[in-house]
Amino acid sequence: MEWFARLGRSTLEISAGLGRAAYLLVGALFAKPQLKNIPLTIKQIYVVGVQSLLIIVVSGAFIGMVMALQGYTVLVDYGAEESLGPMVALSLLRELGPVVTALLFAGRAGSALTAEIGLMKATEQLSSLEMMAVDPLRRVIAPRLWAGIIAMPMLAVIFSAVGILGGQAVGVDWLGVDAGSYWSVMQASVEFEKDVGNGIIKSLVFAFIVTWIAVYKGYDSIPTSEGISKATTETVVYSSLAVLGVDFVLTALMFGTH
Amino acid sequence: MEDLVSVNNLTFSRGQRVIYQDISLRLAKGKTTAIMGPSGIGKTTLLKLIGGQLRPDSGDIVFKGESIPKMRRSRLFEVRRHMSMLFQSGALFTDMTVFDNVAFPLREHTRLSEELIRLLVLMKLQAVGLRGAADMLPSELSGGMARRAALARAIALDPELIMYDEPFAGQDPISMGVLVKLIKELNNALNLTSVVVTHDVTEVMSIADYVYILADKKIIGEGTPEQIRAHESPMVQQFLLGRADGPVPFHFPAQNLEQQLLERR
Repeated sequence: MEWFARLGRSTLEISAGLGRAAYLLVGALFAKPQLKNIPLTIKQIYVVGVQSLLIIVVSGAFIGMVMALQGYTVLVDYGAEESLGPMVALSLLRELGPVVTALLFAGRAGSALTAEIGLMKATEQLSSLEMMAVDPLRRVIAPRLWAGIIAMPMLAVIFSAVGILGGQAVGVDWLGVDAGSYWSVMQASVEFEKDVGNGIIKSLVFAFIVTWIAVYKGYDSIPTSEGISKATTETVVYSSLAVLGVDFVLTALMFGTH
Repeated sequence: MEDLVSVNNLTFSRGQRVIYQDISLRLAKGKTTAIMGPSGIGKTTLLKLIGGQLRPDSGDIVFKGESIPKMRRSRLFEVRRHMSMLFQSGALFTDMTVFDNVAFPLREHTRLSEELIRLLVLMKLQAVGLRGAADMLPSELSGGMARRAALARAIALDPELIMYDEPFAGQDPISMGVLVKLIKELNNALNLTSVVVTHDVTEVMSIADYVYILADKKIIGEGTPEQIRAHESPMVQQFLLGRADGPVPFHFPAQNLEQQLLERR
């Protein structure tokens, strides 16, 4: 019986949380857009996007290099090393680019968003905005949400591009795959709409999920040091899990059937 | 005397815990009203209720003839332009200078030119004695200065009602004196209605026109400072004189001491 009550209680809590998250989303995204918010959004794009570039570029390069190295050792046994180009490019564009970018973004930018908003709540800045008749959903949440949605697909594209270059550095320059075949076979087998386009759609969806979780967790955090640290952890854990789960669904929808 | 705010039969609870049980109070226009009581009884909550950030379980809060809990969100935001609140922490925006903090409400709610905003901000800062600190960041200010900067921001739009949340908590005697003087002067000069929530008895008795003392979910005493000093309730006297034990017990409810010490685990 005790177990049953606990199940009911946590179901209610989860539903209430989802309701609050939806309320935040509607308040932030579907509010009347204000011109004043554009500079704020650009500033946030700089914070979550430009300042994440280093980690994205470095990770992209290494992942491309590892892909090329691993792929080469398998492919060379079958004499198929000219397929290295499409192998690296397709796995980056379809999967690794959007997914790894989203995971890194959650760790680098999502946690920072949660902590920042949580601290604004703890220091009563959000309350004081409200008392100054300024809606914090529009003023604080909306620019951050939009910035994440705009920045992450761009980061994913950069990630894939750098990864392909990293693959070239290892595959072509080090292991000696023919440069012409690396690039031309890649060009022949990568389709813009199916591979590049779907990858960008994926990363748009991930951007939305990760940023939403991050701003919601901050806004809904318990304004104590313990509460904020818990919210920050939850942002990274929940958004990573959500990204991986949604990725499977999206992959099934996009590439599942021929 | 006309009332700017009246709270009628308000009941409010958080979860299972009842914070206010059927309380009524009035804030007279142009006067300074003090709300005192031991910490942890939700004095800040009362200000948040007046500001419409929380909704009461029952009862009504009327601001200039309009019911705050019944307002639509958009109307509530319009009404809030006429009230402002000084938070205990100051709640300055940490990524802006003092100047930009004070200019913030002006930039948000008026279409004044930057030149005019500059003049207004400098005047407000002059009023709190921080004109020289205009370019500093909140992290560079001392606690008392931060509270004064927040006060300048709170009066930026010339509100009708200003709510002070524990303005004296954690201040040294000099900043405390400065704040007392500022609250008094601003109330007279700007014809504000002020409500001060605090537990610093001596400071607030010197500036308040009317005092309410809250304890145990209700109002245990009210009146002018003189009436309060002469109040016959032992609970009010204990609070005013700061006695450790009395009707408000020193010990948190617990079982008998001897019993607990001798108890075998």
